[in-house]
Amino acid sequence: MTALTLPEARGRSPRRVIPGFGLTLGITIAYLSLIVLIPLAGVLLRSAGLGFDGFWHAVTSPRVLNALKLSFGAAFFAALFNAVFGLLVAWVFVRYPFPGKRVLDAAIDLPFALPTAVAGIALTALYSGNGWIGQFLEPLGIKVAFSPVGVVVALMFIGLPFVVRTVQPVLEEAEKELEEAAAVLGATRLQTVVRVILPTILPSLLTGFTLAFARGVGEYGSVIFIAGNLPMVSEIAPLLIIIKLEEFDYAGATAVATAMLVISFVMLLAINLLQAWARKK
Amino acid sequence: MSSQPVDHSLQDPPKLPFEPLIQRNAVITEQPWVRWLLTALALVFLAGFLLLPLVAVFVEALRNGVGTYLDAVRDPDAIAAIELTLTVAAIAVPLNTLFGICAAWAVTKHTFRGKQFLITLIDLPFSVSPVVSGLIYVLIFGAQGWLGPWMSEHDFKVIFAIPGIVLATVFVTFPFVARELIPLMQEQGTDDEQAALSLGATGWQTFMRVTLPNIKWGLLYGVLLCNARAMGEFGAVSVVSGHIRGMTNTMPLHVEILYNEYNFAAAFAVASLLAMLALVTLVLKSFLEWRLGSELAATRKH
Repeated sequence: MTALTLPEARGRSPRRVIPGFGLTLGITIAYLSLIVLIPLAGVLLRSAGLGFDGFWHAVTSPRVLNALKLSFGAAFFAALFNAVFGLLVAWVFVRYPFPGKRVLDAAIDLPFALPTAVAGIALTALYSGNGWIGQFLEPLGIKVAFSPVGVVVALMFIGLPFVVRTVQPVLEEAEKELEEAAAVLGATRLQTVVRVILPTILPSLLTGFTLAFARGVGEYGSVIFIAGNLPMVSEIAPLLIIIKLEEFDYAGATAVATAMLVISFVMLLAINLLQAWARKK
Repeated sequence: MSSQPVDHSLQDPPKLPFEPLIQRNAVITEQPWVRWLLTALALVFLAGFLLLPLVAVFVEALRNGVGTYLDAVRDPDAIAAIELTLTVAAIAVPLNTLFGICAAWAVTKHTFRGKQFLITLIDLPFSVSPVVSGLIYVLIFGAQGWLGPWMSEHDFKVIFAIPGIVLATVFVTFPFVARELIPLMQEQGTDDEQAALSLGATGWQTFMRVTLPNIKWGLLYGVLLCNARAMGEFGAVSVVSGHIRGMTNTMPLHVEILYNEYNFAAAFAVASLLAMLALVTLVLKSFLEWRLGSELAATRKH
């Protein structure tokens, strides 16, 4: 094997052996720029055109602030809930046998595959006052549909696979020798789970949480049907962008979009740092 | 390579899944009642939270009988929406497939500076809200956009027309194929291609006869996910479409219009078609995952 790698070791920059580098990289960068980078830069440029005062004024109006608070708050609680239940589902799938596992495992990805509008009307039908689930919650005084709770429910549905699919492979790869060692050294099962298993899956759980959160913040289709969209109460930020566009308030729409973009980029950065941290561990 | 034979039967093989082991190794599992409780909890949660919405779509769609269902699906506006959805996917998916192959080839078969940054940029559309994905094209091509005046002069419409819907869909489904191919091709390395090239194959022959057969299941997997999203996209398309019935209405937008008109049976009927698309996607996805597993296993062997 060493003889084969000789030509590469000879010089600092070996001649490229595989052809097509210039062509494919050129196409990639051109297409990426045209479809993604230039249009996205356009939003930031537009927003910069507002000036800082204009931007701040648009973003801090009560209606916008409420919408941003709801979008980020609901996404946070939904992601938190998903972290707990996603971990439970991943744990049961990896460790316990039960019938119908393969079919259910495929069904975990349903929220990825089901168009968001379909999920939205289905959840509304279930949780509205006379729906299958809503009729039992209504007498208890729990109003899910057409309230902020409905937003959280929709985002929970959308975000679940993110947590399950990031935690599941890590649980599968976990070393049972560590658990055996802990047991041999006298740890109770609960101690082993909390002190040995949980730390190894924590980075993936955090990544899944962040992915679900990021998706939830921008989610539109599944939320608008169940939310009821009352201004100041159950109106999410993406919907506010659309309302502002329909009122031809391009500046306002751009400002809200920019605020969301900036926060999303920060989260993307956080995900990458988390993954780098997880790789190091 | 030691001369002493080791009895491996006493040892667990290193990468065996947990499930069968738990049956005979009490040390690494919980009490039976804990296992039973957690399993029951997870199953009830999945049934109520994941499967019930799916069931609800079909039940609501058929609530007023099969006749109403067929009427809703055969309505001219519904058929126009189905046609538009198929057209948009037929443009967006091949574009992003070609891009995905190019990007994966450039990124995985070559080394260059800024590679990781490029991969992050390719993933960018995933972290942008669908509504913002639509907005960016309105800001460029809309009536008040940068190119708006020029476009109205030349009588060329992008926003509230099909080109805008295609653009928004392309943006939203942009990373799907590339992000499936990049890890797969990274894992496969360049040995096969180098062998083919050293035996005198041209670059194109190498790609068609060596690389493509190696990545075909991964490629199909990416195309499948890309297509599911392209046909189901709602937020981005909603911003640029203008919701003109029979003209710029895709299937998800048609569902919304019917629903907002309180025509629930028809809305769920069209939605059930999309739900069936999702089910077909999931079945194919499981099949491809199985094939992809063997594709990866084959790579690791040599």
